Amino acid sequence: MARNIKLRIWRGDSTDGGLKDVVVEANEGEVVLDVIHRVQATQMGDLAVRWNCKAGKCGSCSMEINGKPRLACMTQVASFGEEETITVTPLRAFPIIKDLVTNVSFNYRKAMEVPAYEHPKNLAPGEARMEQIDVERSQEFRKCIECFLCQDVCHVVRDHEENKKSFAGPRFFIRIAELDMHPLDTLKNRKKAAQEEHGLGMCNITKCCTEVCPEHIKITDNAIIPMKERVADIKYDPVRWLGSKIRKREGL
Amino acid sequence: MSGVFSPTRAKIKERTLRTDKWWVEPLLTFSVLISFVIYATFRAFENKYYFDKESHLISPFYSPCLSDSCDPGATLANFTPVSSQVFNFALSPALIILIFPLGFRMTCYYYRKSYYRSFWMSPPACAVAEPHKTYTGETRFPLIIQNAHRYFFYAGLVFNVILTYDAIISYRNAAGEWGHVSVGSLVLTLSAATLWLYSMSCHTCRHTIGGRLKNFSKHPVRYKLWSWVSVLNHSHQRYAWFSLAAVAFADIYVRQVSSGAWTNFYFF
Amino acid sequence: MTLERHKYDVLVIGAGGAGLRAAVEARESGLRVAIICKSLFGKAHTVMAEGGAAASMGNVNDKDSWMVHFRDTMRGGKFLNHFRMAELHAKESPDRIWELEVWGALFDRTKEGKISQRNFGGHEYPRLAHVGDRTGLELIRTMQQKIVQLQQKDGRETGDMESGIKVFAELTITDILKEDGKVAGAYGYWRESGEEVLFEAPAVVIATGGVGKTFKITSNSWEGTGDGHALALKAGANLVDMEFLQFHPTGMVWPPSVRGILVTESVRGEGGVLTNNLGERFMFKYIPDVFKDKYADNEEEADRWYVDQDNNRRPPELLPRDEVARAINSEVKAGRGTEHGGVFLDVSKRLSAEVIKKRLPSMWHQFYELAGVDITKEAMEVGPTCHYVMGGVEVEPDTAAAVGVPGLFAAGEVAGGMHGSNRLGGNSLSDLLVFGRRAGMGAVEYLKNNRANPVSDETIHAAAAKIQAPFDRQGGENSYSLHAELQEVTHNLVGIIRTGAELKEAIVKIAEIRKRSANVAVSGGRKFNPGFHLAFDLDNMLLVAESTAKSADSREESRGGHTRDDFPGMDNKWRQVNHISSFDGEKVNVRKQALPPMPKELFELFDIHELEKYMTPEETSKGGSN
Repeated sequence: MARNIKLRIWRGDSTDGGLKDVVVEANEGEVVLDVIHRVQATQMGDLAVRWNCKAGKCGSCSMEINGKPRLACMTQVASFGEEETITVTPLRAFPIIKDLVTNVSFNYRKAMEVPAYEHPKNLAPGEARMEQIDVERSQEFRKCIECFLCQDVCHVVRDHEENKKSFAGPRFFIRIAELDMHPLDTLKNRKKAAQEEHGLGMCNITKCCTEVCPEHIKITDNAIIPMKERVADIKYDPVRWLGSKIRKREGL
Repeated sequence: MSGVFSPTRAKIKERTLRTDKWWVEPLLTFSVLISFVIYATFRAFENKYYFDKESHLISPFYSPCLSDSCDPGATLANFTPVSSQVFNFALSPALIILIFPLGFRMTCYYYRKSYYRSFWMSPPACAVAEPHKTYTGETRFPLIIQNAHRYFFYAGLVFNVILTYDAIISYRNAAGEWGHVSVGSLVLTLSAATLWLYSMSCHTCRHTIGGRLKNFSKHPVRYKLWSWVSVLNHSHQRYAWFSLAAVAFADIYVRQVSSGAWTNFYFF
Repeated sequence: MTLERHKYDVLVIGAGGAGLRAAVEARESGLRVAIICKSLFGKAHTVMAEGGAAASMGNVNDKDSWMVHFRDTMRGGKFLNHFRMAELHAKESPDRIWELEVWGALFDRTKEGKISQRNFGGHEYPRLAHVGDRTGLELIRTMQQKIVQLQQKDGRETGDMESGIKVFAELTITDILKEDGKVAGAYGYWRESGEEVLFEAPAVVIATGGVGKTFKITSNSWEGTGDGHALALKAGANLVDMEFLQFHPTGMVWPPSVRGILVTESVRGEGGVLTNNLGERFMFKYIPDVFKDKYADNEEEADRWYVDQDNNRRPPELLPRDEVARAINSEVKAGRGTEHGGVFLDVSKRLSAEVIKKRLPSMWHQFYELAGVDITKEAMEVGPTCHYVMGGVEVEPDTAAAVGVPGLFAAGEVAGGMHGSNRLGGNSLSDLLVFGRRAGMGAVEYLKNNRANPVSDETIHAAAAKIQAPFDRQGGENSYSLHAELQEVTHNLVGIIRTGAELKEAIVKIAEIRKRSANVAVSGGRKFNPGFHLAFDLDNMLLVAESTAKSADSREESRGGHTRDDFPGMDNKWRQVNHISSFDGEKVNVRKQALPPMPKELFELFDIHELEKYMTPEETSKGGSN
C-alpha cells in the first residue's frame, strides 16, 4: 500500500546548503534509500547519494536520518510515525561534497597508517593451522563493512576537527585489535603504536560507535577496551612490566 | 567554529537533528549518580550508625573498619591500625577505605561512559555536539589514571571477600548463635552477591582471566573462564547499577537498624 | 582548464576481486599500477558473494583434487567452457586461497585447524572455503589490505605511499584509448566533480564485473552495468557467448525492499526446502536424466543425506542453479507459485533458530533488518533473479589477454569462457583470484616488449566530446526512463525463458531505445550528478543487451543459462559453437566460432559415457585433440 510521506533532505555543497521539504510516495516494506531514489527519479534528478548494494553489505549509503548515523538501506520507512517528517542529512563528521555525499577520504588515509598483517616467515602458504576459537575474535572485527558510521558518530573527531590528525577512530581500533588478536601475526609493538600513534587514549569509551554499528560489532567491549587493557599491560602496569622483563610473556 | 560547525562540513545549524528524547538517559544517570554521591558523602562523614551489635550488621561503607574508634565487633579481629584522630580532627573510618570502592567505580569502563556523558557531556549523547572547545580524552593527567583500573579491581576483590565475610557473620542471632536469618543478613548477602557479579563481569577481569591471551587453544581452562566472564560482561552495566543500589540500600538498612528507627526482622 | 593526466604502467579498471588481484600481481612485479573504482574502494560487488570460494584443497574430504573440480566445472558449464580456463582454474585455486591466508584472511577452520570447506551445488566434495556467509567481503578486505601493505612498503622506500600503486575511487572510465592498434590508456571522469581525467598506460586490465542492471530483477548493484563488456567491444575486442546469463534461482521476490537480493545457495545446502503453493516439495520432479545417479529421487533419501553424505544421493534442491531456476519458473508458470510470482524456501522447519543464526548469520540479519522477515520463523518467497553473466570478453586463457586488442586484458565476471553455459556456485570467487592474477601476469609479460604508447590529442578530443555531449542537448530523452524501458524489454523478452519471436522483437526494441539514447540530455551540473552518470551506463547496457539478444536468438537450443522454449533440448552440435560478438561502430554483430577441442589428457578424465551425453559421436571417437 502506497502512502505519501514527508522528507526533509539536505541539499547543497561546501559553499552553502539547507534542508528541503519534499513529499514522496512510499510503499510497504520500503527503506529510506528506496524513497530517496524515488525522489531522485521523479523530483530531483541531480540529487547526489552514495549507494551500492542496497542490502546492508557494502556500507555505502551512510547518512544521518533524524540526526542518527545510519545506513539508508537498513532504515525502514515504517519505523517512523505516519505523520513524522523524516530528516535526511549527510554525515556531519566529514567534509561535504554535495547533498548526501561526503568526502570520506579521512578513513582511507587512516587505513594506510595501520601496519599490515605480518605472516610468520617460515610458514609457507597452506601450512597455517589455526583453531576456530583462536580466529573468532578477529573474525568479528572482519565483519566490518566500512560504512564509517562509527567514525562519523565518534565525538573525538566529529566535534573536534583538530583531532583527526592524531586519532584513527573506532573502525581502525577494531582493525588494530583484529591484528593484535590474530593468532599468527608477528608484528611487534601494535599495542604501543595503538596508544602512541593511533590515539587509542583519546577514546573515552562513550560507546556511540557500538550503538551505530550496523553489523553489531561490539567495538567498545570487544576491541577498544581489550586494547586499552593490553596497552595498560605494557605501559601502565608496573607489575606486569616487571614480569615481562623477567620472563618473556605471550602476547606482549 | 569547530566540530560539526567546521567550515568544511555540511551547513546545518542544529547541534543535533535527533528527534528522540536523547537527554533522558544522561539526565537520569546524572540524577542517580549525584544522589548517590551526596548520600555517600553524608554517610562517610556521619561516623555513626554503621554497626548493629544485636544483629551483627555492619554497613558496607564502613567495612573493613580500621580505625581505633571502631566498635570491636565491627572490626576484623581487632585490626585497627589507623588512629581515629588526624591533626585533632575525628577521622571517620569510612574515609579510610572508601577510596577503594569509589576508585573501582570511578575507573570502571561502564561508569566512565556514564559520567563522561551525563556529567561532562563529552558527548551528552550520540551525534549530539558536545560543548567543549578542546578534547584530549584519557591521554594525560588526571584521566590517564583510568589505566589503573586493574589495581582498583584487585582491591575490589579484597573488599568483596570482606563484605562476604560480613554477610556470613550476620547469620547469627543476638546471642551469637549460627543459623539464623534476618532481613539484614539477606540485605548484606544481596549487596555482596551483586558486588561479586559487578567485579566478575568487569572488563579488567575479562582481560586478566583470558582476554590478554593471543592463542586461546593453548589455554583451554582460561578460555572457558573467559567465555563465562564474557557472558557476565554483557550485563556489566546492569550489575554496576544493581550493586550500587544494593550497597546503598545495605547502608541505609544498617543505619536505620543501628539508629533504632527500624527493627531487624528475624525469619528464624 | 588543463586536463588531469596520469601515467602508469598498468591501469586496472574495477576494484573487485579480480581487479585487486591483478593490481597486486602487477605491483609485486615492480610495475606502477592505477586502480579505478566506480564507487568507493572496498565496496565492489564481490562483497556480496556469500557462499565461498571453490578450491580443491581437500581439507574436509581428501578425495578431492583438481581433476574432480575440473570435471564438476565442465559438467556445470555443460562442456561449453574453455577447457584451458577450467583447467587452470581447478589447478590454481587452492594456491590462491592459501595465499590469501598469508595476506591475513581468516577463513573458518576445521577441527585440525585447516581452512574449512563446505558443500555447494554441483561440487562433488565439500570444496568452498568460507567465512560464515560473508566470504566475498573477506576476499575484498584481504586484498584491499594487501594493497595497503604494498603501499606501506613503497612508502618506506620512496617516502610516498601512493608512488607505486594508487586507487582512484569514484571515477568512471568512458573510453579505452588506442594508438597504432594498441592500448594506450583510458579516459574518464571523476564522479564527484564531473571533471575529466586521462590515464596513459600501455596495459589496461578490465575487471568491471557483471551486467545485471540490464535486467529488471537483479541481485547486482547499480555498478553492474556492463561497462567493461562495452568498453572492450568499443575498443575492438570480442565478447563470447553473451546469451548465457545466470539467473540465480532464489532471489527474494517479496517484500519489495529486498526484491532481487539473493538467498545464498547455502540456505539449501544447510537444509532449506523448496515448496510450491500446494506445499509440495517439487524439485523431485525436475531431476534431469544426466543427474539421476547423483540426486535423490525421494524425500527420505534426500533427508538422510544431511547426516550421511557417503551413502545417500544429494537432495535435488542442490542441483545446479539453472536446473533449480527452471524448475521454479515452471512451477510459477503452472500457477503453483506464490501470489508474488515466486515459490517458498523454508529453512525454519529443519533447523532451530539458533543454528540458523549461527550458520547463516548475514542471511538472517539481512532479511530481518531490511524487510522485517525472520527466516528462522517463516518461509521466504523466492524466484529467479539475474545474477551473473557467463559470457564476456574473449581472452587467451593463460594470459587473460583480450583477443584482438594488444595491451587489453580482462578477468573476473567480465571475461568469458571459463564457466561455459553455467557457473557453479563458489567458482566465481576462485575465478577472479586465478584469472585476476593471470591478467596481472599477462600485463607484466606484455610490457616486457611494449612500453608507453603516447595518446594523441585527437584521441583525447574525441573522448572529451563524448562526455560533454549530453550536457549540450536540450530537452532530449531522460536516461532514467530509457533505462526502465530497457529493463522491461530484457526482463520480458530476453529473460530466463526465451523464444525466437520474442528475441527478434527484443532486438528491434533495443535498437529503438539505442537510437533514442543518442538524444539523452542531462539536467544540472557535472558535480556528482547521477542523471549524468546513468547516461553513460545506459549506453553500455544497451550494447550488452543487444549482444545478449542477438546471441540468444542465434543459439537454437537450451543449455545452462540459456533456455529456449522453442528449442527445449540440448543439442550436441551447438556444443561446438561459441558466439562471438563484435561491434562495428553502429551495431553488434554475432558470428559463430568453433570451440577449441579438449586435449586427450583432459578428455580422459571423463567417463566416455558421460561425454556421449554432451558430444557428437565424431568428437568422442577422436578422444581428444592430440
